[in-house]
Amino acid sequence: MVILPAFGYLPVLGGDTFHLEAWQALWGRAGLHRSVLLSYFSGLITTLVALFIVVLFLAASQGTWIDRAIRRMVSPLLAIPHAAVAFGLAFLIAPSGLFVRWISPGLTGWERPPDLLIVNDPLGLALMAGLILKEVPFLLLMSLAALPQLRPEQRVTLARSLGYAPSIAWLKCVFPALYPLIRLPVYAVIAYATSVVDMALILGPTLPPTLSVSILTWFNDPDLNRRFMASAGAVLQLGVTLAALLTWWLGEQAVKRASQRWLANGARASGSTAVAFGGRALLLTVTLLAMSALAGLALFSVAGFWRFPDALPGTFTLNHWQRILPSVATPLMNTLSVGLAATLIAAVLVVATLEHAARHHLPARRAQWLLYLPLIVPQVAFLFGLVVAAESVAIRPQHALVVAVHLLFVVPYLYLSLSEAYRRLDPRWVQVALSLGVPPWRAFWQVRLPLLLAPLLTACAVSLAVSIGQYLPTLLLGGGRVPTITTEAVAMASGGNRRLVAVLALLQALLPFIGFSLALLIPRLVWAKRRQMRGAT
Amino acid sequence: MTPNLQTLHIKQMSITLAGETLLTMHRDIAPGEVVTVMGPSGSGKSTLLAYLAGFLSPAFQAQGELYLGDKRLDTLPAERRSIGLLFQDPMLFPHLSVEGNLRFGLPHRANDKRQQVAQALEQVGLSGFEARDPATLSGGQQARVALMRLLLSQPRAVLLDEPFSKLDTALRQEMRTLVFGQLRAAGLPTLLVTHDEADANAAGGPIIALG
Amino acid sequence: MKPRATLGAAVATAMLSLALPAAAAPDPNDWEAVLEAADGQTVYWNAWAGEERTNAYISWVAQQVNAKYGVELVHVKLGDTAEAVSRVLAEKQAGNDDQGSVDMIWINGENFAAMKANGLLFGPWADAMPYYALTDPDNTPAVRYDWTIPVDGLESPWSSSQVVFYYDTALVENHPNNMPELLEWTKQNPGEFTYAQVPNFLGNAFITQALLELSDATDIFYDPMQDEDFDAATAPLWEFLDELHPHLWRSGRAFPSNSADLRSLMGDSEISIALSFSTTEASGAIANYELPDTVRSYVHDSGMIGNMSFMAIPYNAQHKAGAMVVANYLMSPEAQAEKQDPEVWGSNTVLAMEMLSSEDRALFDDIDLGIATLPPNELGEVLGQPHPSWVDAIAEAWQERYVN
Repeated sequence: MVILPAFGYLPVLGGDTFHLEAWQALWGRAGLHRSVLLSYFSGLITTLVALFIVVLFLAASQGTWIDRAIRRMVSPLLAIPHAAVAFGLAFLIAPSGLFVRWISPGLTGWERPPDLLIVNDPLGLALMAGLILKEVPFLLLMSLAALPQLRPEQRVTLARSLGYAPSIAWLKCVFPALYPLIRLPVYAVIAYATSVVDMALILGPTLPPTLSVSILTWFNDPDLNRRFMASAGAVLQLGVTLAALLTWWLGEQAVKRASQRWLANGARASGSTAVAFGGRALLLTVTLLAMSALAGLALFSVAGFWRFPDALPGTFTLNHWQRILPSVATPLMNTLSVGLAATLIAAVLVVATLEHAARHHLPARRAQWLLYLPLIVPQVAFLFGLVVAAESVAIRPQHALVVAVHLLFVVPYLYLSLSEAYRRLDPRWVQVALSLGVPPWRAFWQVRLPLLLAPLLTACAVSLAVSIGQYLPTLLLGGGRVPTITTEAVAMASGGNRRLVAVLALLQALLPFIGFSLALLIPRLVWAKRRQMRGAT
Repeated sequence: MTPNLQTLHIKQMSITLAGETLLTMHRDIAPGEVVTVMGPSGSGKSTLLAYLAGFLSPAFQAQGELYLGDKRLDTLPAERRSIGLLFQDPMLFPHLSVEGNLRFGLPHRANDKRQQVAQALEQVGLSGFEARDPATLSGGQQARVALMRLLLSQPRAVLLDEPFSKLDTALRQEMRTLVFGQLRAAGLPTLLVTHDEADANAAGGPIIALG
Repeated sequence: MKPRATLGAAVATAMLSLALPAAAAPDPNDWEAVLEAADGQTVYWNAWAGEERTNAYISWVAQQVNAKYGVELVHVKLGDTAEAVSRVLAEKQAGNDDQGSVDMIWINGENFAAMKANGLLFGPWADAMPYYALTDPDNTPAVRYDWTIPVDGLESPWSSSQVVFYYDTALVENHPNNMPELLEWTKQNPGEFTYAQVPNFLGNAFITQALLELSDATDIFYDPMQDEDFDAATAPLWEFLDELHPHLWRSGRAFPSNSADLRSLMGDSEISIALSFSTTEASGAIANYELPDTVRSYVHDSGMIGNMSFMAIPYNAQHKAGAMVVANYLMSPEAQAEKQDPEVWGSNTVLAMEMLSSEDRALFDDIDLGIATLPPNELGEVLGQPHPSWVDAIAEAWQERYVN
């Protein structure tokens, strides 16, 4: 449904022959090559930096109260919708933003904002910064969920007994084992960052924008014939994402080779201070930036008029909340019911698949790449096909259809969040259980699931957040019958009233926030008396 | 506990991977006997254990038969073979208490579960440890709980996978005595896999060299 | 276009029109039947929802039509009208020709042109609506032509709007009165003016306005564009923009994406002059705390581009009768006066005052327009929207020229 129109086939618009006109139109677009390069590089650089920050922090982290405090501040950031982070960040770093307001006119003498191109810069630096703010918490959470089964303390203790500084010990003994566990989430970050739309709209360059934004513009163009070119663009976007993934994979191989010598060179402390300091400082910066962005949003949600360069709004008002709150009960309920249903179904499907594979010693199948297609093909491109498909079999818009389309996005995230933890769980646990005469179903319920409780809950929280974040699928497949907090928020964001957008963004963050808090809290409560189960948190 | 003592028969066993034969064995293990299989890593020791316990990956092809007394085992799933396992690590379930671990192995309809657990702990000098979190136990204590969990599940045969290799030297000798003593007393046919000659000596049974 | 393609298109159109007898829809001319069919229907109105005041007004309409006609009105909130067009297009592709999920769309201009051209609209129905006469269609071309495209009864007028500039009187002493003055002002105040990025409708509106102001003869722009005319007709526009861009906000290296971004820049004092497609935007934004109360509106001497927005019903809408009843109510003096009240929304009426009874006219006279809104007599001449082919072509050319 994406590919056919790209080659001129979409009968409803009179395209009933195959040809390459759409591609010619696409190649002829001004700034196309820049759009492509922007998407490709911003995806790779974002992922690299985010991973670097997470790894450095984990290496530096010694379980002191400060490390735990930083870690705890990071996880709620996951709950904040991408667009909200983008809005918040833009207001933070813009020449008329919070930072400049705080130091103006005192330090700068500026009575008017300086005319500097910071947000929407042509190199996409602001966009990458925004993405990093969102992806660091995601990778950190994935790592924390995977870590306990590696018994990092044991490995580090062993290496320390051999004279390695703690952070170097972590990098040399734990990270090489951790990376394979978080590889799929890393790939998801690459796919996401190369094709992101909402953040790029707010923070990204505009002349030209990233490829994904261009595609959305073409799809939404009143001239319906532009949809052929948009479909060709969507195919190109898929190629860009795959190219970025391939580049990363090649990089992985190169690093693996090159690092063998470093891993075994016996250097025990060189660089450890830098790691210990840098790791904490970087993550703290990310956290504080995101917190400030959030604080900016919160301020705006109660702000009256706020003249530059005042550090605070001139007046405060609850007016914005009062205007929004009366109408959010139904959307909140819809969001929750769709999210929970999708997460629950996805969890059953994914766990059943993984359990089946584990019992029959099945290797990861090549077909699992199909599962990830929805994450790397631009949504706007294939949702049209889905609506056609659903309508063709006379399935009218309804709750169940929305849940079904959410599953397309929820299942891959749940799978990639859980599968490695599942697959890498020491098979001896279940073997011990079976050899004690316990039937497989009991081994599953009483051994495997409890041991995987933390990663399972984390994966469910991620899935819930993914479901809550869906805009176009909810709107197009739901035919407007299933308003959610996100469809309200995005519609409102198109009007750009920062104060109302802030209110809705905070409301939108509420449900995932509860989800992530529960995912962290439940294992701590359930395993309050089981030291090893509490793992790294 | 009056188990009818039975011999473990490994008959014409041959395991192949992609057409290549990895190991063959034809051997009986009498009740109370400990047969030691020695060999360097990569010689197929773990494949042998996986076959006997019922966890062999489908990538391998196994021929031959496995009997306990006159009951054929190789066609049964792992949980119905009554073959107990001890690994290098004690593998105490970290989400259960010491008592939970011991109860986990008890047959479903066993009477006096609480009393059996208490007795088992007393036998290894850990009376009153029921409510403890396994993670708070020392390595030696964990190994002993693991042994008692195995015995409470009333296996008919036992496989030991380098069970002492992770203990420190002083503890190692003590555990060898305890494990082999208990297994002999229970009259269980036992197969020990190790690369440590001291283990083989302590086991005191026949030694098969692999690889 | 090749002759064969034209023939093919004609045949396809003929077949489509044969395939499109409005199955269950009552005859728009039989108003009693329409009312009867509408009673109890649920109408899904797909409308852009970026403005809280618009949404609040739509909720008010929902209460009214429920009480008056027994129609349940649901506002399907859109971020972009194209999303509803997509939905209808997909339904048509799938052969759902009578159970469509979109009953009514808030639409105009290029989206209307595209839906009309692709046979996605129901009708004609609009001229049969009882309140339609109050817009005085015979003397008001804006009601009959949407961006020069004949409406042909496929949509009913709802709101009229006009481009206005607004500026902060605390920062600007004398506002420019035409494009050349705007250029001069921007040169003297670099970085303090910008417009929305083309092809956003407000960006398109700015360059269209410039095109009309800077050209000596503008008639040509109201006919479909001929390729050979393009370069000569648009030369003054490019000359103007080339000179203007280096002095814009961020030196023209980035543009705000839409009118909302533009308004935020104004609120943050980044720029001092902006423009809007709503004459009441500035007053509304002051009331919303988005703009300082020193902001005022102004128009250029030679008049400003204006247009109307409409209600259209997709060809396959399931609740056409209900949609007609709602669209008709939206044209009532009561609903139009409520809409024009800046306290509610502040969107201009499409009704012709001279067609109203004195009672109804009083509803409008009593409205307080707000401090930053120009009264109707100061809005100047309304310049019509050029033909979409021109707007499309200059938007494309803009991309070619300024995106690198």
